[in-house]
Amino acid sequence: MASTIDKVARRRKVLVPFVAVALGFILGSIVVLLTGKNPLLMFNAIIRGLTGIDIARGGFNPRHIGELVIQAMPIILTGLSVGFAFRTGLFNIGAEGQLMLGSLAATAVALTVKAPAFIHIPLIMVAGMGAGAAWGAIPGFLKARFNVHEVVVTIMLNYTALHINNWAILNVFKSVDRVKTAEFPASALLKDQWLADLTNGSRLNWGFIPVILAVIAFWFILEKTTFGFSLRAVGFNKDGAKYAGMKVNRNIVMSMVIAGAFAGLAGAIITTGTFSFGRTLSAAEGYGFDGIAVALVGMTQAPGILLAGLLFGVLKSAGPLMQSAGIPREIGGIIQASIVMFVAMKLGIERILDFAKGKLARKTAETTMDDTEEARV
Amino acid sequence: MAYIIEMLDIVKDFPGIRANDNVTLQVEQGSIHALLGENGAGKSTLMSILFGLYTPDSGSIRIRGEDVRIADPNVANELGIGMVHQHFKLVHNFTVTENIILGLEPHKGLVLDIRHAAAKVAELSKLYGLDVDPYAKIEDISVGMQQRVEILKMLYRDAEMLIFDEPTAVLTPQEIHELMGIMRRLVEEGKTIILITHKLKEIKEVADTCTVLRRGKLIGTVPVAGTSEARMAEMMVGREVSFTVDKGPYSPGDVVLEIKDLCVRNNKNLMAVKSLDLQIRRGEILGLCGIDGNGQTEFIQALTGLAKIESGSVIINGHDITHLPVRQRLDRGLGHIPEDRQRFGLILDFKLDENLVIHSYGQPPYSHYGVLDFSAIRKNADRLIKEFDVRAGRGPATFARSMSGGNQQKAILAREIDRSPEAFIIAQPTRGLDVGAIEYIHKRIVAERDKGKAILLISLELDEILDVSDRIAVIYGGEIVGVVDADKTDENELGLMMSGSIRKAV
Repeated sequence: MASTIDKVARRRKVLVPFVAVALGFILGSIVVLLTGKNPLLMFNAIIRGLTGIDIARGGFNPRHIGELVIQAMPIILTGLSVGFAFRTGLFNIGAEGQLMLGSLAATAVALTVKAPAFIHIPLIMVAGMGAGAAWGAIPGFLKARFNVHEVVVTIMLNYTALHINNWAILNVFKSVDRVKTAEFPASALLKDQWLADLTNGSRLNWGFIPVILAVIAFWFILEKTTFGFSLRAVGFNKDGAKYAGMKVNRNIVMSMVIAGAFAGLAGAIITTGTFSFGRTLSAAEGYGFDGIAVALVGMTQAPGILLAGLLFGVLKSAGPLMQSAGIPREIGGIIQASIVMFVAMKLGIERILDFAKGKLARKTAETTMDDTEEARV
Repeated sequence: MAYIIEMLDIVKDFPGIRANDNVTLQVEQGSIHALLGENGAGKSTLMSILFGLYTPDSGSIRIRGEDVRIADPNVANELGIGMVHQHFKLVHNFTVTENIILGLEPHKGLVLDIRHAAAKVAELSKLYGLDVDPYAKIEDISVGMQQRVEILKMLYRDAEMLIFDEPTAVLTPQEIHELMGIMRRLVEEGKTIILITHKLKEIKEVADTCTVLRRGKLIGTVPVAGTSEARMAEMMVGREVSFTVDKGPYSPGDVVLEIKDLCVRNNKNLMAVKSLDLQIRRGEILGLCGIDGNGQTEFIQALTGLAKIESGSVIINGHDITHLPVRQRLDRGLGHIPEDRQRFGLILDFKLDENLVIHSYGQPPYSHYGVLDFSAIRKNADRLIKEFDVRAGRGPATFARSMSGGNQQKAILAREIDRSPEAFIIAQPTRGLDVGAIEYIHKRIVAERDKGKAILLISLELDEILDVSDRIAVIYGGEIVGVVDADKTDENELGLMMSGSIRKAV
């Protein structure tokens, strides 16, 4: 009995985000209809963003694929950051700030170190990760040592990071135009003419390799290592983990450190991939919040975060394409927001799935209830 | 004979299992009718059908002789059926009255008429001897009082038939005693009670009639007065159950666990354990009994490293472990079965096999160089599941959350015994378990003692302490007020020591 329930429950857990995505697109289509446009044009734009193929007018432009990857890379990483902390029971709202400091550290190494690319680039990535990790360690330490809530600390540190970045770019790296630093040397850049040519002049760069490695690392650490085992145990049940002799406080700090490293890596990739100089920022760019959405839709699982990051990436990269088809680019944002909302409405969606499956599913749900009731006894 | 509730030939199927197989339950007006069965016997399903949470696949229900269809709990309420759930459904920062009127708030115009409601609550409370303050906040009153609020909720809604779902699982012995009195009082006033339980003693104490279920089937309905506990246990489990625990001769060896002058503060920063001294020897079970809240929890947590020790020392085999972290205590030979198995003993969202290596995942063969070896973890689980007869739907891959309480406890027992600890701290090992599981767990604990382990057994169940222990220490107000030999004492003497009335030299 229990086996069918477990299976059904797990299948449903996986199904929910997919249903949420479908509902998000349906809602987006309705909004497009309300503005008096054809939703098919929206889907055409999205398919163009995803595959480069223009069904409506024919033609293929690989540049769109490159742009999709560019959009997806940082939010996959911030998604991993938020997801990793979440698996240990922490809410990392600070991926944005960790990303900014990663970006600043990358700028520092890119401008000050002279080395061949095969040393320079890994060094930059490590520096970005290190700075993000250090920034993540602060809320982790405060949580572990003084039980200060990490949400409060990470939000405040986002602002702190913004101003540290701007101060350093202006004062340490002597930005001439008060916007950006000097150009990085070629050895520091992830850009590559070959990749650009391959994708018809997109901004695609080698950043996707560390992103893929990060996704694998996320999965490997959490699912395969003893360290991940204890992190997950802390995330599920702190008392139980403590009883088992796990170092709960150390795990909290380490989890935030690793979360920060993922976000810091995103900063390094943006700075040396998408750009080629350090920048001042007038405000947060939203990678951190996108990361929360990506982690949520991806169910805090490595493959899920990868897919959700690509999905949100395509919604971003399809924005200009929608606009050129006469559809407001904000539709992408609306779809994104509604997907998040539908995922949050998990219970409602489960109810809908039950309804769709009819009586059998309802019975199963009841046994699950019954089971938990027995388990409590 | 007038039956107020009749459930005839009830059948309820769930995928893969028949939870109720042709069950008939007939309850006389004004009686206490016990529904007895092990976990998973179908008691909860049957009562959920009566309360309108499930609809039966076949069979009929008659209330006061009339056929009824109970489609949802509202219908049940209208028929006068009320359920006192095992886990209370109360709003903690509301008062008693506010909780009771929730859902049918009386009002004068637009204004909530609390005063009128509170008067009615006070009146009901007085009538049934419940002694509940209508204006007290739920968070300020004891668990026993909270249960009475649940009872009042039903009475306020004019329930004639009250279903009590395992009402004593959360209560102290005193509260249980008081609850029994309340139930008798309710029946005197003409109410009818169905008592779901697996505790034979309670049935013997209050019930008139007892219906026994086993694996979904009706085994029989018997008058309690003419039926022995042993007979009811046999009906419930399906075989003879021994209430006495077979033990080898008591031959204690060297002191293994020594606690000297131990002081521990509780979370309110008050001294909860005061200058406590105990010695536990190889091959003995020292039972620690006391009324709940006399420092047992703090004591256990201090011994096992979950709480800070204020002063004093804890020594295992000559090694001072007073200030060691949990892991190093375990390495020094400490074993621990925690009193709250779901909060401490298991990671409920982990699978069974993961839970079985929760201490040892960092060592070979379960991991190498920090990478888990899931096949070794699985193999370990297969072995322990077989040896300890842990029943779980999907075997090692079952999530701990979906296992029954008895099997969760068996899993913890398996894991801890397998570590073969020298000094074994076992707290509330059978809380909420049924007779069969209790018998099994007691047998395993005694087997560990016979193997020469030093065991400290902490329990609120006096019977358990008396049955299993070699020596018994009594804790009162954080102090040991006496240590006696188990075969030279009785419930009476222990009860007096537990209430602090007498002391006995250690």
